[in-house]
Amino acid sequence: MVSFITYKLILVIIVFLVSLLIAMYSTYAERKVAAFLQDRIGPNRAGPFGILQPLADGVKMFMKEEIIPDVSNKWLFILGPCIAMLTACMTGVVIPWGGVLTIRGHEYPMQVTDINIGILYLLGVVSIGVYGIMIGGWASNNKYSLLGALRASSQMISYELAMGFAIIALVMHTGTLSVREISEMQTGWHWNIIYQPLGFLIFIICAFAETNRAPFDLPECESELIGGYHTEYSSMKLGFYLFAEYINMFISSAVIATLYFGGYHVPFLGRFVHDANALAILGSVFLFAKIFFFIFFFMWIRWTLPRFRYDQLMHLGWKILIPLSLLNVAITGILMYLTGRIH
Amino acid sequence: MTLYLFYFLSFLAIISALMVVVSKNPVNSVLFLIITFFAIAGHYVLLNAQFLAAVHIIVYAGAIMVLFLYVIMMMNFSKESEPSKTKLSQIVATVAGGIFLITLIGALHFYDVDMSPGHSDPGAGLVGALGKVLFSKFLLPFEISSLLFLAAMTGVVLLGKKNNDNS
Repeated sequence: MVSFITYKLILVIIVFLVSLLIAMYSTYAERKVAAFLQDRIGPNRAGPFGILQPLADGVKMFMKEEIIPDVSNKWLFILGPCIAMLTACMTGVVIPWGGVLTIRGHEYPMQVTDINIGILYLLGVVSIGVYGIMIGGWASNNKYSLLGALRASSQMISYELAMGFAIIALVMHTGTLSVREISEMQTGWHWNIIYQPLGFLIFIICAFAETNRAPFDLPECESELIGGYHTEYSSMKLGFYLFAEYINMFISSAVIATLYFGGYHVPFLGRFVHDANALAILGSVFLFAKIFFFIFFFMWIRWTLPRFRYDQLMHLGWKILIPLSLLNVAITGILMYLTGRIH
Repeated sequence: MTLYLFYFLSFLAIISALMVVVSKNPVNSVLFLIITFFAIAGHYVLLNAQFLAAVHIIVYAGAIMVLFLYVIMMMNFSKESEPSKTKLSQIVATVAGGIFLITLIGALHFYDVDMSPGHSDPGAGLVGALGKVLFSKFLLPFEISSLLFLAAMTGVVLLGKKNNDNS
């Protein structure tokens, strides 16, 4: 029997390390997927198939000269990437990474904490994530950084609204704010995507916008803003910003898989595997398979669609997604009333 | 444990609230205000009101302060552009603030508050309980306040539109 605190500490460290590892190899995967879609080979020099490329990139980032601009606000300049990294790593604690493992009569759920406001925690962390970009962009004292930061913040707060409404419809359907309970409900084929198709579509579009991925990567639009909010950053501070984006992508994929695609549940798996522990571990494996699919999806979209223009972005966010998400809430309510789930 | 957390959060809240007023740079003020909000959200969690804490973070730290920061960054306020105040206005402000402080202390002194822990129902701050109270006992105030928000929103849109036509 491991004590409660030790067990949770180990779990937190595992979640943290796995996020870092997956984010690290996402950079490699991104370049390989890009190469595949553009009929190139991609990185293949460091190790077999270029498998050591992330390490080489990491070492390169550390070895580069670190420049803090003279006129910038030094503390805020350092604080920016720290907040970006912190908020990226914070979300992993409420996601159920698997079922319950039973070892010698003790139960070990594969989730760090099952707070009863898990979904709100997710939204809260997402909403403070914008500060990393804003503070970094402002503290750089560079007009391109500032423009990038302003774009990023207005984009993120615009899409947060539609994302919140999509989640409200989901919460109406599931009747709980706990991420584990939402995950538990989706046994068999009762995945939320079937009940909330429109909500899922809105959610995934907003997830793209919140992670600043293409086609919503206007904050770092190279052709107009040099590098956007991280123009002045160099060395590992730049690395933190780029890395935070990949962690965010991993976490968003995990959230999408958990909320809409059954989490760690696989239809019909219970018929073939009867041992509870084996089932829990297999569930985790399948959850990660779903997550990897969505990470691939993120990359697929990035290398397929061109970037939005800024007014198109705002038009999509405010005039299309928000009315659609409100409609989704209304439809969900009406359907729940008609099927007799509420009176 | 809870007591130490309470002292730590209170200390953090008061110090950062003071820093909001004291710091010269408006961006620093906004950042300290965000820290204050986090400390207050921590107090809500200690009071077992997790829903309120989460909403407090999402709405205040995550939305309203982002807009504040946004405006300050756009306007690019700095130490130099801050209008200097005369001695007279500083004295008047100090006296007015002091009088307000005395009023607050007096009001709190004569108002008998039951501060003992366990005074309220521990489940009162959870989502379910809060929702039931909001939609039964406080339904009318709830609806009226949402109507107020709607009016404010419409007003802003109208004002924005009007400005646009003139230019």
